[in-house]
Amino acid sequence: MNRFILRLYVTGNTSRSERAIENLERICRVQLGGRYEMQVFDVIERPELAEDDRILATPTLIKSLPPPLRRISGDLSDTEKVLVGLDLQPAASGYEERS
Amino acid sequence: MNDAIDNAPVQKLETGIPGLDLITQGGLPEVRTTLVTGTAGSAKTIFAAQFLAEGVKRGENGVFVTFEESPRDIRRNMRGLDWDIREWEEDGRWAFVDASPQPDELVVSGPYDLGALMARIENAVTRTKAKRVSLDSLGAIFTQFSDAAVVRRELFRIASALKRLGVTSVMTAERRDEYGEISRFGVEEFVADNVVVLRNILEDEKRRRTIETLKFRGTPHQKGEYPFTVVPQEGIVVIPLSAMELKQGSSNIRIESGNAELDKMCGGGFFRDSIILVTGATGCGKTLMCTEFIQGGAKKDERCLLFAFEESRDQLFRNATGWGVDFEQMERDGLLRVECTYPESMGLEDHLIQIKKTIDEFKPHRIAVDSLSALERVSTLKGYREFVIGLTSFIKYKEIGGLFTATTPSLMGGSSVTEAHISTITDSIILLRYVEMLGEMRRGMTVLKMRGSMHDKDIREFTIDGTGMHIGKPFRNVSGILSGFPQQVALDELARLGGLFNPED
Repeated sequence: MNRFILRLYVTGNTSRSERAIENLERICRVQLGGRYEMQVFDVIERPELAEDDRILATPTLIKSLPPPLRRISGDLSDTEKVLVGLDLQPAASGYEERS
Repeated sequence: MNDAIDNAPVQKLETGIPGLDLITQGGLPEVRTTLVTGTAGSAKTIFAAQFLAEGVKRGENGVFVTFEESPRDIRRNMRGLDWDIREWEEDGRWAFVDASPQPDELVVSGPYDLGALMARIENAVTRTKAKRVSLDSLGAIFTQFSDAAVVRRELFRIASALKRLGVTSVMTAERRDEYGEISRFGVEEFVADNVVVLRNILEDEKRRRTIETLKFRGTPHQKGEYPFTVVPQEGIVVIPLSAMELKQGSSNIRIESGNAELDKMCGGGFFRDSIILVTGATGCGKTLMCTEFIQGGAKKDERCLLFAFEESRDQLFRNATGWGVDFEQMERDGLLRVECTYPESMGLEDHLIQIKKTIDEFKPHRIAVDSLSALERVSTLKGYREFVIGLTSFIKYKEIGGLFTATTPSLMGGSSVTEAHISTITDSIILLRYVEMLGEMRRGMTVLKMRGSMHDKDIREFTIDGTGMHIGKPFRNVSGILSGFPQQVALDELARLGGLFNPED
C-alpha cells in the first residue's frame, strides 16, 4: 500500500481547528496505521502555502499522495465523506469507532 | 470598527477610468466596497481589472481575487487592452489571488469557513502594499461552495477585513436581467453600501452599453444611465454626457467660411468655436460647402479634419478637384486629414471615441463631418442624440470650428432626425434647398440661424460650377421654398404685399 501525504490547513487555534486535527488523527490511526505523513498549517502564519495549494476554505485537507490529489473541506466530522475523499474503503473498525 | 473613520465624510478615490470619475463625482467611495453588477458579457471583469490597472498606472498597487477565470486567462484577455499584467506582477505592483475553481472535486465534511481565502487576500495586500482590491465575480464562489449562508457570512467578513486594511475595493456579481433584482444570491444586501450597474441592452437590434451608479451611501453621484464602450488598448470609456459642464468659452473671432458671399450673409464669417449645421437634400451642395470650408481654413494655414461617412477618399478628392480645390496638396502641406469610415463599422460610442482620438492627435482648427445624418441609422434615437451632444460639446470645449452636414429625407425639404435633434445644439443653421421653377431645378440657400450675429434673411439662389459655389440674388418671386412647396408669386402681387408693410412709400 502507498504512503499517504496529507496537509491540513486551519485558521488559528480555534475549537474547529482542534476538532479537525483530532478527527484526522483518529481516521488516520484507524484507517492508515503508520502509512501516512501529516502536516498541519495555520493559514494566518503560512498564507503563501495556502496560496500554492489554492486553499479557500478552512479547515481543508489535501491528500497530495497517492494520486489523484484530493481536497476535503470542513472539520472532518463526517468520517464517511472523508474516507470517500481519500479514496479509502471504510475499514470495519472505523465504523465501530464512529458509533 | 473605528468610530473616527466611520463618522468622517466619505472620501472618494479617483479611479482613472475615463469618464467614470465624472459621473461618480470624484470616483468610488474610498476604503469602501463597491458592488459592480451586470449580466453576462456586461464587461464586469474588464471593470474589475481596469480599476486595478488605472491604479497601477498612478502608483497604487492592486490585488485581483479571481473566482471565475484563471489568472492566466485574465493576463491573456487583458493583453488586448495593452495592460502587461505579467510585468506588473514581476514589479510587485499587481498580485493575483487565484480562487478559480480547481479541477479536482471538492468533498465537504462538516462545517467550514473561508479563513484561508481571507488570509491569502490579506497576505497579498500586505505584500504589495495594495490600495485597491478587485474580487471577480462573487457568483462563482456560490457555485463552488454549496452552503450559501456560509459564503454570505464569509464575504461580509472579507468586506469588513478589506475596510480594516484600508483598501478601496470592487466586487463584481452577476444578475439575470438588465432591469430586475440587483444581483444573484442577494449579494448587495450584505456586501456593499455602494452599487454600480453595468448594462448591455439590446434595443432595436443594437447593443448599447450603459453604466449607472445605483447608490453611494452618504455621498453624492450623478443619477441615471450613461453610455460607455470598451475601446481596444484602453478599456472602458464612459461617456458622461449630461455630467459634462457647459464651460466652453465663447469667442467673437470670426473665421472664413470659404465662400466670400456666404461670409457676408453670416455677417462676416462663422464664429471660430461654433457649430454650423448644413442641411439639405442629397446632391444639393453640402459636400461642396464642406470642401469650401476646408479650403477657407487651409488658405489661412489652419489644419482641417474631415470625417466622411458617405463617400470614399477617392470620391472626395475627385469631387474637390471638380470644384477647383486640391485636397492632395493640402494633405502634403499637413493642413488636411481625411478620415473615411463606414457608419456601420462600429457603434456610435466607438465612433465618438475614435473621432475624439483623431482630434486629439491632429489638433485641427476646423472640423467637417459629412454627413452627420449618415450615423443616424447605426443607433437608436437616444444613442444618436447622446452622440451628437458628446461630439459638439467636445468640439466646443476644444474651441474648434465645426461644420456638420445633414441630409434631409425628401428632395424638396422637410426636416431630418438630425435637424430635429441637434438644431438647438448648433450655433448656426444653413439650409440648402432645391427650388422647382418653371420646369427647372434650381438651388436656394438661407442662413436660418446665426447665434450672436446679424445675418442675411434672404433665400438666395446659388449655382455650382468648376470653381465652386456662387451665391446669387434672392428669390424674390417665389414663396414656400423652405416648406418644400415653392410657388411663384406674380411680381405685381409682390409689390402690393411689400406696400402693405411700408405705408410711407
